[in-house]
Amino acid sequence: MKKILKNDAVQSLIASLLCIILGLLIGYIVLLFINPEGAWDAILAVLKNFMKTANHSRRVKLLGATLVRTAPLLMCGLSVLFAYKVGLFNIGAAGQYVAGVCASLYAALAWHWGWLPCVLLAIVAAAALGAIVGVLKSFCNVNEVISGIMLNWIALYTTNMILMSQKQEASHYTLKLKESAPQAILPGAGLDKLLGYDKVTIAIPLAIIMAIIVYIVMNRTRFGYELRATGNNRNAAKYAGMAEKRNIILTLVIAGGLAGLGGAMLYLTDIEQWSVTQTSVPGMGFNGIAATFLGGLNPIGTIFSSFFIQHITDGGPNVDLSHYCAQISDLISSIIIYLCGFVLFLKTAINRGLAKSDEKQAQKEKKLAAEAKGGEK
Amino acid sequence: MLLLIQYTLIFSSVLLLVALGGCFSEHSGVINLGLEGIMVIGALGGALMMRAMPAGTSALVIVLLTLLAAIVFGVVYSALLAVASINFKADQTIVGTALNMLGTAAATVFVKAINTAANPNDHSATIIYVEPKKAFVKTIGSFEFNWFMVVAVIVLILAYVILYKTRFGLRLMACGEHPQAAASVGINVFKMRWAGVLISGALGGLGGICYILAGVSQWQFEYGVAGFGFLALAVMIFGQWKPLRIALAALLFGLFRALSNVYAGFDFLAALNIPGTVYNMMPYIVSLIVLALTSGKSRAPKAEGIPYDKGMR
Repeated sequence: MKKILKNDAVQSLIASLLCIILGLLIGYIVLLFINPEGAWDAILAVLKNFMKTANHSRRVKLLGATLVRTAPLLMCGLSVLFAYKVGLFNIGAAGQYVAGVCASLYAALAWHWGWLPCVLLAIVAAAALGAIVGVLKSFCNVNEVISGIMLNWIALYTTNMILMSQKQEASHYTLKLKESAPQAILPGAGLDKLLGYDKVTIAIPLAIIMAIIVYIVMNRTRFGYELRATGNNRNAAKYAGMAEKRNIILTLVIAGGLAGLGGAMLYLTDIEQWSVTQTSVPGMGFNGIAATFLGGLNPIGTIFSSFFIQHITDGGPNVDLSHYCAQISDLISSIIIYLCGFVLFLKTAINRGLAKSDEKQAQKEKKLAAEAKGGEK
Repeated sequence: MLLLIQYTLIFSSVLLLVALGGCFSEHSGVINLGLEGIMVIGALGGALMMRAMPAGTSALVIVLLTLLAAIVFGVVYSALLAVASINFKADQTIVGTALNMLGTAAATVFVKAINTAANPNDHSATIIYVEPKKAFVKTIGSFEFNWFMVVAVIVLILAYVILYKTRFGLRLMACGEHPQAAASVGINVFKMRWAGVLISGALGGLGGICYILAGVSQWQFEYGVAGFGFLALAVMIFGQWKPLRIALAALLFGLFRALSNVYAGFDFLAALNIPGTVYNMMPYIVSLIVLALTSGKSRAPKAEGIPYDKGMR
């Protein structure tokens, strides 16, 4: 039992589950405040999401819809995670995601590119945005959080301006890919038939593969080791002969690319159209932060946590709208991130408790051994 | 022209208030990235107070009570940051980010709940305050004078005096530079950091209500405050954590923010035929450039962002 508790992965899992439970509990209390009648039903509706309908084929289709949005969320989570392992907080993932959306949609609609070049362009555009943050950080000492936020807004307004030329005449949404650029839609590879939903594409398995690649690069390669060393102590890494400035820039380029790939993964399925009058940065990148920390800062854990976050986000609109609004799932996920801040404290507490009980046991054994010795004489 | 000055002054006041809040928090050693969320919650407090007051209330009472509500909401909300980052040694960046997301989400949920309770068909997150807003504004000729400009100047003077001329301020700054040294001469670091964060909560809340009263007379809480909390942090860094320089920086940033509101009124700017979006981006672009030029020789408090550990050397 103790051995299991000492395992870092187990501790992370316990901490994440505690965060979820506490987050739901606090969310429930808030709902009770607003309207005590439907609070329990609302929490259940959020948690159930696609399980709510009895119809089997519809349920599978709704699961597919959640998965389609989980893929980009996972990519944003991986982007935040990759940078965090190098000691950088990539809040700019939100803007890099937007840059990916912009590049992929524009290439698809204006230049009629196929899906693969669109995806690649999205990665390049977002990586360039990440590079700006990296250069500012390593050469000008600009805090990456603040430059990231500024670039989020710049990316949003630039995207609105660029995609303005590709919008439908009667609305402020961009053209539908299905009619204007069917060549750019990601291939379904049989998955769409499996889940009975044509928006399900290769994006979902691709995102999971990316998570595994991130895990391998970070933990099993020299490059990943260098990056983590730079994150732990910039100066030590520098004196050990690592190019710490290059590493920081490279990290943010990769992190940007990951988020940009996420943007392409969502918009090239044609599930959503970009609104060119949008005045707030899409929440996908920020939810990625939640997924990362809830996933215990582990790429594999992030796969599950991003599914959970997307699951409750999609469950939001299911609540009884006469009592509450769909944003209660945002409320719950932001409470969960807040609680994730306490994870370190919790882990130290567990370890301290374990060390104490170890010490006690050692003392007991010593005492017993001494008594046994005394008995012999 | 007058309109440009008016908007510059009001946006500068917002930035000044919030940046001074950040300044207090950082001087005590806690990075307050949650200012954006604190602004939203402060704005919510003020807006709810304005909504609750009966029509005939005198202007002075409206102003005072609204300010008080914004301050109280801001302080209470910032306590979430204080307890996590000071007592539980949490990562200040994560907690700050969580507070930003929580601020907008919570405000939206509450306002929608209130609106729906009042009128079952109303699912918006908007609070309207046309009448009470008049209490904050005094029209002199064609210039709309706003009481927040006075509040900002008073807070600026107070901040300067408190930080540099009182025992409290000097001790606060010591906790942000070298908390162990401060503790060794009997200063309670925990208390000082709590004070720093709560003051930033109060000023952030004030800035929030000031922001939503700046141009409009209703506010949609889904939109938060459009990155103003972070702009204020940029102002603070540009101002090198010093109140008077922060004031100058706030004027500069306020000017660019104001331009996006009134650029159409200038013939030579309108003649350039630049899309409005570019003006919307201006404050963010300018802050990036300014940060790139000034962050090199940063005078940030040395211990900011590091949880206080008594046993550390």
